[in-house]
Amino acid sequence: MSWTAIADTVSAITLLAGVLLTLVAAIGLVRFPDVLSRMHAATKPQTLGMLLILVSLGFRLRDPAVLGMLITVALLQLLTAPVSAHMVSRAAYRRGFAPPETIAVDELAKAESEEVRTTGAGQG
Amino acid sequence: MSDTTVDTSTGTTSDAPTDRAGAGRSRRRPSFQWPFVAWLVIVWVLLWGDLSFANVLSGLAVATLVSLVFPLPPIAFAGRVRPLRLAWLVLHFCYDLVVASFGVAARALNPRHTPVNSVITVRLRSRSDLYLTLTGELLTLVPGSVVLEADRNTRTLHLHVLDANDEASMARARETALKQEERVVRALASDTELAAFERAVSEGGVA
Repeated sequence: MSWTAIADTVSAITLLAGVLLTLVAAIGLVRFPDVLSRMHAATKPQTLGMLLILVSLGFRLRDPAVLGMLITVALLQLLTAPVSAHMVSRAAYRRGFAPPETIAVDELAKAESEEVRTTGAGQG
Repeated sequence: MSDTTVDTSTGTTSDAPTDRAGAGRSRRRPSFQWPFVAWLVIVWVLLWGDLSFANVLSGLAVATLVSLVFPLPPIAFAGRVRPLRLAWLVLHFCYDLVVASFGVAARALNPRHTPVNSVITVRLRSRSDLYLTLTGELLTLVPGSVVLEADRNTRTLHLHVLDANDEASMARARETALKQEERVVRALASDTELAAFERAVSEGGVA
């Protein structure tokens, strides 16, 4: 078995795994009941799926110029995914899109109601 | 409260609650930040996929323009990179990413399962905005937790944890967050920061 054949096999396996994870992320997006749970599906299996697809492309294309671009895409994905997940979740939570039946214990709400009691005002 | 959210651009290390309006003014003053410009040039060249003189030159022009038009607060990094600890941080993160991805995938595919979640408050031990930001980013990337709110004055993260409906799972999530912070600090902090961190841990910061 030559090196190119091995690289192609690795590429095929990682591509399939990445695609499956991204599919599962999409299923989770539909299945989970509220915005906050959905953000877990959107930021998690999808990130790993994307990384696996990039690894697969690297093994298949084997071109330094393409490799540089793939690494850039991976880095930007890792940098931006959590920020957007945080912003969407924060806005959803603040706007009251977190149904009480999906949250067992809410320490943030507790902390803020205590703050209102002791200082007479929220953080604004 | 927008300046207390986790934001990759606000990695300053001012620890005390300072005068925010004043600090904001001085931090937004346009200044030439060469690491930022260098990073933008590297991205530019990588995106064009060709290291040529014209590419570097045009990238330099665009990067300078961007850094002047959209000035970011400087990232005060006083730490020291420990390569072995950094490798451990990265490896452990990859492991977490894989394990947690499959955990969330299993929950998504189980048709009878409806997740019941919790919001937990974690008080971090380090005093640096940079480590707070990095810890928050890594925690949000790893499945099962999303940072809902970050407060740099009290150094607390409020995490939304998937499928945590009892004390045990919440304690586990809190411990995971604190261990993540510890790995970040051990990989990047200077000796004095590390000593202060260890003091904070021994004084009962550990959940």
